[in-house]
Amino acid sequence: MTASNTQQMPAAASRANETLLSIRSVVKRFENREVLRGISLDVAPGEFLTILGESGSGKTTLLRLVAGFEQLDSGEIWIAGDRLDRMPAYRRPVNTVFQSYALFPHLSVFENVAYGLRAARAPKSDIPARVKQALDMVKMGEFTKSPPARLSGGQQQRVALARALVNRPRVLLLDEPLSALDANLRRQMQSELKALQREVGITFVFVTHDQEEAMALSDRIALLRAGRLEQVGEPREIYGRPQTAYAAQFIGQTNLLRTQVHDGVACAGAIVWRTFEPAGTATFSLRPECISLSHSGGPPQSGEIATARFRGRICAQTFAGASDVLEIDCGSQVVRARIPAVGPLSGEREFEFSSADAIRVRDAGS
Amino acid sequence: MSASLHTRGAPLLRTYAALVYAFLYLPIVVLVVYSFNGSGVGGFPPHAWTFDWYRELGADAEIWRALWNSAVVALAAVAISLGLGLPAALALDRAQFPGKALFRRLVLLPLILPGIITGLSLLTLFVGAQIHLSLVTITLGHGTALISVATTEIFAGLQKLDRRQEEASLDLGANPWKTFWRVTLPNLRVSIVAAALLIFTLSLDEIAVSFFLIGRDNTLPLEIWSRLRRGITPEINAISSLILLFSIATILAWYRLRTRSARAEESAAGLLPSALEGEVS
Amino acid sequence: MPEANVYSRTYKTAVTVPPLLWVTVFLLVPYALLFCYSFWSVTPAREIVHLWNLDNYADLFRNSMYPTVLFRSMRIAGAVTLLALLLGYPVAYYLSFHVAERKDLLYQLVIIPLWASYLVRGYAWKTILGSDGVLNGFLQYLHITRHPVEFFLYSPFAVVLTLTHIYTPFTFLPIYASLEHVPRNLVEASHDLGSSPWQTFWRVIAPLSLPGVLAGATFAFVLTLGDFLAPLLVGGPSGIMISNIVVTLFGAAYDWPKGAAISLCMLLIVVGILYLTERIERKFSFQ
Repeated sequence: MTASNTQQMPAAASRANETLLSIRSVVKRFENREVLRGISLDVAPGEFLTILGESGSGKTTLLRLVAGFEQLDSGEIWIAGDRLDRMPAYRRPVNTVFQSYALFPHLSVFENVAYGLRAARAPKSDIPARVKQALDMVKMGEFTKSPPARLSGGQQQRVALARALVNRPRVLLLDEPLSALDANLRRQMQSELKALQREVGITFVFVTHDQEEAMALSDRIALLRAGRLEQVGEPREIYGRPQTAYAAQFIGQTNLLRTQVHDGVACAGAIVWRTFEPAGTATFSLRPECISLSHSGGPPQSGEIATARFRGRICAQTFAGASDVLEIDCGSQVVRARIPAVGPLSGEREFEFSSADAIRVRDAGS
Repeated sequence: MSASLHTRGAPLLRTYAALVYAFLYLPIVVLVVYSFNGSGVGGFPPHAWTFDWYRELGADAEIWRALWNSAVVALAAVAISLGLGLPAALALDRAQFPGKALFRRLVLLPLILPGIITGLSLLTLFVGAQIHLSLVTITLGHGTALISVATTEIFAGLQKLDRRQEEASLDLGANPWKTFWRVTLPNLRVSIVAAALLIFTLSLDEIAVSFFLIGRDNTLPLEIWSRLRRGITPEINAISSLILLFSIATILAWYRLRTRSARAEESAAGLLPSALEGEVS
Repeated sequence: MPEANVYSRTYKTAVTVPPLLWVTVFLLVPYALLFCYSFWSVTPAREIVHLWNLDNYADLFRNSMYPTVLFRSMRIAGAVTLLALLLGYPVAYYLSFHVAERKDLLYQLVIIPLWASYLVRGYAWKTILGSDGVLNGFLQYLHITRHPVEFFLYSPFAVVLTLTHIYTPFTFLPIYASLEHVPRNLVEASHDLGSSPWQTFWRVIAPLSLPGVLAGATFAFVLTLGDFLAPLLVGGPSGIMISNIVVTLFGAAYDWPKGAAISLCMLLIVVGILYLTERIERKFSFQ
């Protein structure tokens, strides 16, 4: 079973069916090891696309290929009708925000931001105004004369952002820009970044390993796994309808139920439910929040035709503020459920979930 | 690091670099080649391959005496330099005291000062104290000049030392003296050996300071020097080639030692007129 | 950084006193002696007399030979420094930015000449540059010249050539260190922002390598200025440098006070240069 490497462009992004950045069957090797195995991805103008993956998945490599810091081994990259991968890095109409900020220590903040403008030979009279505008946009207007060494991490990050944006690139590449910040600052920067992108309208291609971050920021997520695209889609879609077990587990939490389907009924040990899937082995993803405590006794109420029920022993309960996370031992497996916090529970209980919440996924490891 | 970013051709640069390397090694190669040349030191092309000059060298008692002198002096210089360089490095790494900056500069000064100044000033000292010039005075001169090498090398080693090992030792009840012998020193072993190698080589080759402190006995470089006054002979090529061989071997050994343990930070940050040693991990 | 409270007074004393003592006896006292000597005089009977006077220093200005030779020495030192930088910098840059595989080996190849015998290398040049040396033999063999070229040896040219050879590894080392220190992501950032490799070199790499260049230049200049061996080996009468005068004064000419005066001046010049370099470097240090 091969993962599909192309994706459907969701309606939202294909307003005029435009593609700004087109990555076509890109392969990249490092010393006989294939890091990217044929990636194809189209990015629409003005969209916030996140390339999500764990370390080693190739996400940073992909970004660097677009930026021009690496050469691809085969495939093409196009940007609005121009062949991007044939251009040297310094001629590409893209700019990068580095994970380590990469501010020039020997230049002031002003000169850092002005760097790209000077390189492009922008009219000297324009430069101060444009630099100020860019710095104001990231709320660093007060710091023009500072040397970068005196700024905090968050401040340096903003300057790096301004330095890239001031050049009005067609695509802005962000390489895990928030990973070095502490949690609070990170959250704050996330919302600022999202607002900024909306305001400026530039296409953002954002790389991260943090799936929460990806879901919070993106118009679309491209999930990368071991050099291949696992799934591409809007956050809600990937979360609600993961195509593979990996996608289901990487984004959010899930229970993977490996079943035998027989006559429209899926059977994973003690857990049984109705399904339209054909007979045979199948893996299903069931999100913990879809499982709830059964109301004791009574036939299924109306609207609950496709409700599945099972019994299990609560073997662990973790309090999580608004909810409780239960670990339920069903004999053949342990299942995790997230229910609204109800106080301590124990013993054998009955649980239920809607059959429609069990999503079939492709499972390479079954 | 992307290869495409940097190895983007620039064949001009590569050629230039190759030429510089050639420049650096040409005299050495010529020297060695002509040590086998039957018809002497000059002229071109060399012909009549022979080992005569080496044979002559083997029979040359004075050279061997000078070599012996040099070796003894070098060993003594190693002892002095390490014996003083180790505490100096410890002081610079660990102790705070008034005048530390001055102390640092003084210890490192001979490294950058032309040898003539070190040599002459010591000469006035010995003359003033009515000490006869001899191998001893040469040794004292080498020791003084080379303390800075020992200090730099050992300081680098100290910087890479994991302080927590010493803390653990103290925590477990060993007093500072024991800790020094059983934890600090073993960890510095590599730096000390590396320093010793380098000091030995430098002392063996040292001529600028020795020039002024020489008594009746010659060290090897001074022996060669006095022969040069009489005239150039291929025998000098022979001994020079051997010296080179030895130097190269010890320098490579020193370098290997250093880089083997060096994975971490740069040493001697700000210790010298910046980045003297150019440590490469 | 030192945890001052962990190390007892005894420790600190034990560690600072021996080197301090040695340095005082064998560095400070000698310099002080030199200082004193420079104010004394020598009788025609070749006796040093402890008459305090400024004659020696005055003579340095009165007698035009001294300034002449000093300036020649500075010119030679300047030439050597410049050449050593021109040779050392590109190699350092090449090694740091353009070499992936044999970096270590190539680095070792540079530092070997650095530490290998000065005398051997000086001697090698002597045999190459002489009128029946290798170079002349080579040129005549190829029929480029018919007669030996004289000025190769025993000239300022020979001194500059030899000393450039000696001190190029000296400039290489600190330059290479500072180039290695340049974070590679800065180079990428510069390209990303639209600067070509050439522009990137001038706007990012070169400024950041300045401390190394300064250190290397200082070394080369100061050590060349004080050099006396190369002139003796290959300099001849026209290649005499200031240190040779000092050597003669301490030797055959037997005027130690005068020699001390010149030495002290040299010491002052050297210390002055070092101090200046440190100030400049601190001003340009961005970390």
